Amino acid sequence: MSQRAGSPQVAAARRARHRRNRLMQLLMTAGATLAILPLIAIIGDLAMRGARAMSISFLLRSPAPVGVSGGGMGNAIAGTMLLVLIGSLIGIPVGLGAGLFVAERAHTRLAQVVRYVADVLSGLPSIVVGVFVWELLVRPVGRFSALAGGVALGLLIIPMVTRATEEVVRLLPRSLIEAALALGFPRWRTALVVVLRTSMPGIVTAALVAIARAAGETAPLLFTALGNTYWSTNPFRPIAALPLQIFAYAQSPFDDLRAQAWAGALVLVVLVVVFSLIARAVLQARQALLRGGRSSPLTGDRESR
Amino acid sequence: MVTPGDRAYDLIISACALLIPLLLVALIIVTTIAAGPTLRDHLADLLLGREWNVARGRFGAAPAIVGTMISALGATVLATPVALCAAIFVSELAPRRLRGALGFLLDTLAAIPSVVYGLWGALVLVPWLRTQVIAPVHAAGLFGMTGPAYGPSLVAAVLILAVMILPFIAAISREVLLAVPTTQREAALALGATRWEMIRDAVLPYARTGIIGGVLLGLGRALGETIAVAMVIGNRHAMPHSLFDPAESMAALLANEFAEASDDAHLGALMAVSAVLLLFTLLVNLGARLLVARVSRSHGEATR
Repeated sequence: MSQRAGSPQVAAARRARHRRNRLMQLLMTAGATLAILPLIAIIGDLAMRGARAMSISFLLRSPAPVGVSGGGMGNAIAGTMLLVLIGSLIGIPVGLGAGLFVAERAHTRLAQVVRYVADVLSGLPSIVVGVFVWELLVRPVGRFSALAGGVALGLLIIPMVTRATEEVVRLLPRSLIEAALALGFPRWRTALVVVLRTSMPGIVTAALVAIARAAGETAPLLFTALGNTYWSTNPFRPIAALPLQIFAYAQSPFDDLRAQAWAGALVLVVLVVVFSLIARAVLQARQALLRGGRSSPLTGDRESR
Repeated sequence: MVTPGDRAYDLIISACALLIPLLLVALIIVTTIAAGPTLRDHLADLLLGREWNVARGRFGAAPAIVGTMISALGATVLATPVALCAAIFVSELAPRRLRGALGFLLDTLAAIPSVVYGLWGALVLVPWLRTQVIAPVHAAGLFGMTGPAYGPSLVAAVLILAVMILPFIAAISREVLLAVPTTQREAALALGATRWEMIRDAVLPYARTGIIGGVLLGLGRALGETIAVAMVIGNRHAMPHSLFDPAESMAALLANEFAEASDDAHLGALMAVSAVLLLFTLLVNLGARLLVARVSRSHGEATR
């Protein structure tokens, strides 16, 4: 190479290669910029139009009768809370258990199948889950209900929490678990006291992210929770939900209602972004903690007692 | 030593874990049974029929199937190159600080609820398309368009789906790219490769399977996306003649009609649509996850 490096052909070829290199790097940078442009456009519109319709009465009141201005999405926000609560009561414990299973027996065939199926499930259209829950809980009863909506959300939460739990638990140093076992802890107490306690911040934030995502789901609620223009907290009756209300108002011809749809969307997005930020901060702190070694989670735990 | 507590613990976590495959099986069985009669008696009508008319009892879902396919494939074709550029930029080119921030932005974009995308699509994108794109195309008499120019259209669905799956494809591709061993890059650079040559010859071939999996996952999302599509596609029961026509998709059809369906034939037809949609997305996801899992598993073993 060094012998012929001076020849003009080689120099020209090298220049061409470097030109191409710069061109392609520029292209990648342009692509990355293009990718975040829609985010900026959407967040910008959302912040501007949403903030305009945002008010205390929007957050607290139920929809006004047709033709009357004012009113809000208070009942929908409460409805989403109830739906998410039901969904979490189903989704989080099951997801937690399954996540522990997959993390503890990562190399068994069953764990691999469970992880694979959890991933596949999280990719299936949520409307199909809605149809499934309708068939099981709405058709036999003959009535749409908050319970059915909550179950649909719960089914969507399960795979998310499973994968998140697994990832957090696998970050734990093996030595921590071995230390607990060596001290004579039975496996179940090791799991509860050592694994779950040290993973708790990560699991809680993962659960928050799953909840935020479930709170934004519309399709599975369309024919389970159905929606409701009145205040309701009865789990056996149809209930309002924030995404359902946004969906309905977006198609309304009234500017007032469209403005409320923007405000509702802003509430949802703020929820998602805040929860994601918390999750990110906690995960990074944990990774630093577990890799740092200087203060191991175990000794930190002892000192705090 | 196995204590009773251990046995209970094993039982509980095994039950939770088993519930997940059972859930998938139950989903398939319940949907198939509910759709069974229609699939048995009217399969050809459903898949090939062009007329969906509840009053006349005609349930042909061909326009919905075509609308689903075109919108999802169009969105995937549109989003993939941009998503790949973004993923490569984040994993290979960006400075360390920017890398984390960009990754977070893409993740946030992926976490925005679809009803928010739908709202933006319906109230910002669609009016813009109507005045800036569709009306001129219409006025020029292209694609044999007749009647008034609508805003909600197949092209609106393609665009909004592209925006929605872009961060998703980018996020998975980024993960796959980060799983490529550093030695692979160092070897290429040591041989005198430029950065782009390193990416092209050492990184991308290694990550190819996973990236294809990520693109397929994006396609699966686009096929099943419901609310955003229902808000912008126009929901017209007819075969679209061009990208600028209103159309419908399987998921949007379910979203619009399921809650109000009362007679058995209508409900059966919707169930059958749901079963077809489940079949499509299940196949795409099963394949895609196999490809992605293969890459990240080998990565997991390499780093452990």
